[in-house]
Amino acid sequence: MESIYLSIILAPLAASVVVGLFGSRVGRAGAHWITIVGVSISFVLSLVVLADVLGGAEVYSGAVYQWGQVGGLSLEIGFLIDHLTALMITVVSFVSLAVHIYTIGYMADDDGYQRFFSYISLFTFAMLTLVMSNNFLQLFFGWEAVGVVSYLLIGFWFKRETAIFANMKAFLVNRVGDFGFLLGIATLLAFTGSLDYQTVFGAAEGLADERISLFSGTEWSVLTVACLGLFVGAMGKSAQMPLHVWLPDSMEGPTPISALIHAATMVTAGIFMVARMSPLFEYSQTALSVMLVIGATTAIFTGLLGIVQQDIKRIVAYSTLSQLGYMTVALGASAYAAGIFHLMTHAFFKALLFLAAGSVIIALHHEQDIRRMGGLRKYMPITYWTSVIGTLALIGFPGFSGFYSKDALIEAVHLSTTPGAGYAYWCVLLGVFVTALYSFRLLFVVFHGEERIDHHAREHLEESPKVVTVPLILLAIPSVVIGWITIGPVLFGGFFDDSIFVLAQQDVVGLVGEEFHGAAAFIVHAATHSVALYLAAAGALVAWFLYIRRPDLPGMLQARLAVMHRVLDNKYYFDWFNENVVAAATRMLAGSLWRVADAGVIDGVGINGSARGVRYLAGVVRNFQTGYLYHYAFAMIIGLTAFLVWLTFGG
Amino acid sequence: MSGFPILSALVWLPILAGIAVLALGSGEAGARRGKLVSLVASTVVFILSLPLYFGFDVTTAEMQFVERVSWIERFNVYYHLGLDGISLPLVLLTTLLTPLVVLAGWRVIQLRPAQYFAAFLFMEGLMIGVFAALDGLLFYVFWEAMLVPMFIIIGVWGGERRIYATVKFFLFTFLGSVFMLVALIYLYLQAGSYAILAFHDLPLTMREQQWIFVAFLLAFAVKVPMWPVHTWLPDAHVEAPTGGSVILAAVLLKMGGYGFVRFSLPITPDASAALAGVIIVLSLIAIIYIAFVALAQEDMKKLIAYSSIAHMGFVTLGFFVIFQIALGGAGGAGIFGGDGAMLALQGGMVQMISHGLISGALFLCVGVMYDRLHSRQIADYGGVVNTMPRFAALMVFFALANAGLPGTSGFVGEFLVILGSFQASFWLAFLAATTLVFGAAYTLWLVKRVVFGDVANEGVASLKDVDSREFFYLAVLAAGVLLLGVWPAPLLEVMEVTLASLLEHVQQTKL
Repeated sequence: MESIYLSIILAPLAASVVVGLFGSRVGRAGAHWITIVGVSISFVLSLVVLADVLGGAEVYSGAVYQWGQVGGLSLEIGFLIDHLTALMITVVSFVSLAVHIYTIGYMADDDGYQRFFSYISLFTFAMLTLVMSNNFLQLFFGWEAVGVVSYLLIGFWFKRETAIFANMKAFLVNRVGDFGFLLGIATLLAFTGSLDYQTVFGAAEGLADERISLFSGTEWSVLTVACLGLFVGAMGKSAQMPLHVWLPDSMEGPTPISALIHAATMVTAGIFMVARMSPLFEYSQTALSVMLVIGATTAIFTGLLGIVQQDIKRIVAYSTLSQLGYMTVALGASAYAAGIFHLMTHAFFKALLFLAAGSVIIALHHEQDIRRMGGLRKYMPITYWTSVIGTLALIGFPGFSGFYSKDALIEAVHLSTTPGAGYAYWCVLLGVFVTALYSFRLLFVVFHGEERIDHHAREHLEESPKVVTVPLILLAIPSVVIGWITIGPVLFGGFFDDSIFVLAQQDVVGLVGEEFHGAAAFIVHAATHSVALYLAAAGALVAWFLYIRRPDLPGMLQARLAVMHRVLDNKYYFDWFNENVVAAATRMLAGSLWRVADAGVIDGVGINGSARGVRYLAGVVRNFQTGYLYHYAFAMIIGLTAFLVWLTFGG
Repeated sequence: MSGFPILSALVWLPILAGIAVLALGSGEAGARRGKLVSLVASTVVFILSLPLYFGFDVTTAEMQFVERVSWIERFNVYYHLGLDGISLPLVLLTTLLTPLVVLAGWRVIQLRPAQYFAAFLFMEGLMIGVFAALDGLLFYVFWEAMLVPMFIIIGVWGGERRIYATVKFFLFTFLGSVFMLVALIYLYLQAGSYAILAFHDLPLTMREQQWIFVAFLLAFAVKVPMWPVHTWLPDAHVEAPTGGSVILAAVLLKMGGYGFVRFSLPITPDASAALAGVIIVLSLIAIIYIAFVALAQEDMKKLIAYSSIAHMGFVTLGFFVIFQIALGGAGGAGIFGGDGAMLALQGGMVQMISHGLISGALFLCVGVMYDRLHSRQIADYGGVVNTMPRFAALMVFFALANAGLPGTSGFVGEFLVILGSFQASFWLAFLAATTLVFGAAYTLWLVKRVVFGDVANEGVASLKDVDSREFFYLAVLAAGVLLLGVWPAPLLEVMEVTLASLLEHVQQTKL
């Protein structure tokens, strides 16, 4: 099996390198064939691994090679293969494959065609390395590597000023997260002497009682410090408030990568990582509470922003932020399995929604403003119907994939007793209403109502080609059925028993599972025991009323609630604060440190001052300045040589 | 290989070749022959240095490839060369970079080309001498002599303010070195010889150690350079021709770091421990304060120069934080002390090698652009990727390596030092780790302004992509950066036993 594991990550890497280095030689068709074959190998082998794991294979953890040995510490690159890994690699390689195919159509006219395929294959390699890791070193490698490819892809259209600003911003904000992540890793190493998952997890319980003094007089649990550090990393990658600011801007990248990286896979790396680290987080109530509060806040507040946005991709991006908040809440409630389950269903339907948005965008010749859309339903039936499916999955329509994952998640949070769970429960519940509202607003404004399309765009308006619609259909299928099929076995069937650890008293997923009697019965249960379904219906209804029935109302509301609208329109002023306070202060500090301290004090007063003194006293410097530096240098050499000769032979 | 004086060959072959190049004359034909001789000689030296690596016994901390001949009997001075796990990687770094630098100057240098290439050959021999010398006086001779070709390179082939830069460079390094000479003479008087290894075992009182430590510190801190004696470096870099900048950043700065591990730590362990706090604070200032200063730069070379200072902060941090860990200093946070100190030491050493490759490559990148547009100002560029895609790919790669991306050598050293520093104190690691954000900020901002964007002006529009010569030397460095990042084990393995023995040595008090 080891060679299979290795092939899973090396196939896309090899494809990426070949296409990256020899792009012009392999040509466009060569580029997409090579990378698609590479990713297909990963996908098929992932299925093999999944089947193997489902067939009851033992958890595998083994090294590939030794990265380095320092003192008694051996740092190794290796794989951990269990149910969680198998599920993740399958989802990642499947979505990646769909995106590869879709890219053929979406990027058909782009000059950077080969470069794009090279990047997305490289991304697939990095993401697979991340999820298959059995140690923190490789985890960090994959973690930063996906960040770099994201950086390259957001700035893919490097001529656009907005794109190259967005990619730098994304990288730096992620680096703030990685800063915490690295400190978390350092904490674990310091107290366990290892970067290997198994060893660190084995020591977790003991670390909960170990204390570290951070500020004089305060003692922290080592485990809490480590977990908070790791979670800061997750906040960056999975875009939790206040480190969420990069994700909406990342929409500057081409749409396929918004689907692949900024919806389905990379942004869920933080969620995956915390679930992977469940043996650590379980023992830190503080870290769990922090996750509940941050996740819940993100879920509701970024969802609200989705309602006022006018850019089709940004609306989906805010939706992604909100759903990531849901997943984080699940982690905080110790419902890791529910979080991962939602991650999986979300990967399918959010990739679908992004690709559908992309289909609209290319059909309208790169128009992204929904105010210049409308009535597209009749021109683009496949895109429309797959969008409907994606929307229903997202809002949690009974029977669709998102329904199962979201409802289970909300139920689990409801049962959680971790401090902060009450707040989180209300946020995620209200979030259901908000989700339905912005989702149906998007659907109605884009596909229904009057046509507000530009004349030029109208002339050529037609359904997208097959390479675009086939991936849509490919993703629509799991968006509908994956929840129905898998909720029983995956969420409640002990699927994650070998990979996720939950303390008995915090096992809320288990409690929800006690009430679970099949996928059909779950619908009935939800309809009778929870208001979530009705909130979703209400949200959809309000959207229908506002955008179909009375399209004049939103404008009036906007005028009435001007202050609130302005706050939302400015995204709670996070960007304003970062640019005008954080960035400006940094630039000012940098400038003054250089001009005042470095050039002024050290150089001006210290160095040049003493140089003037030297010049005054000895006139040495004047000799230099007359250009006879040579002479001086040679005088030095001759003097030195003479001295040595004298020492050697003289006396 | 036994019997063949391989180290002497590495020291003297380039120097003899340099003399030959000068002798070939300065006409056009002479210059062409001179260039060829330089390239062949430096390549031969590189090939000759490979057996050092493959023949190196990694299981011992003893000096290897030793040559020892009496030189000045009256003063018990020996021509004494040898390598251990600390000096071997630095010698290899030198032999790798010199041929690349010769290539970089191949078509660019029009003024007195023979002298230019000869200067680099002289410097190569002298630099190898510095790393290989095991006799204090021999070391000092190489150390000082090496400066001369560097002065000349900057002073003759430098930019407009080259004289100012050279004078500043001279004043700083010379003042530092003088104190080192005094310290060496004092040690000689105590030990009766200049043998560096004998100095290591020389018992010294705390007061003696402190004086010697400070004397060495002045010399080494200037070279590294450490804050606040760093201001010569940006000026020297800005004025130096590309090759000069590369050697300056890649090898010359390493002499400071090398000095700390070869002299300061083992000769004055107690003073080092007592004053470690000061060095750690200065290192953190370099890492944080200098990163901000780098952010404000408008000249590409200055920016990379400041970035060098910040990166070298990790070297000094790694070397001195061991006293806070291994000796059970203040605020030890972790539980596996000894390994923490090894992490920091290894990290500091790896950082030196890695910085040699990355900063060298970045200066070469600036050189490639400078050769075309004759400007180092960031504002004169923008959208270089449009006209130089291959070059842009390489430059972005080196920039990411400079920002410490895992999978590149730039990550390894910083990662190990941060992990090690945590053993001393959470806050130390916290402050050092800010480089993740600040280091990325100035590097990526540079990339954004220079490489990305639409074509900024006619100059950029006229740029031609790298030719095969330029591509070759950048690709070699890229391969090295990648290899050390993905698999640093071969480098770590070479240094491990030597550093472990050093660590053991510094834990023994001399008092």
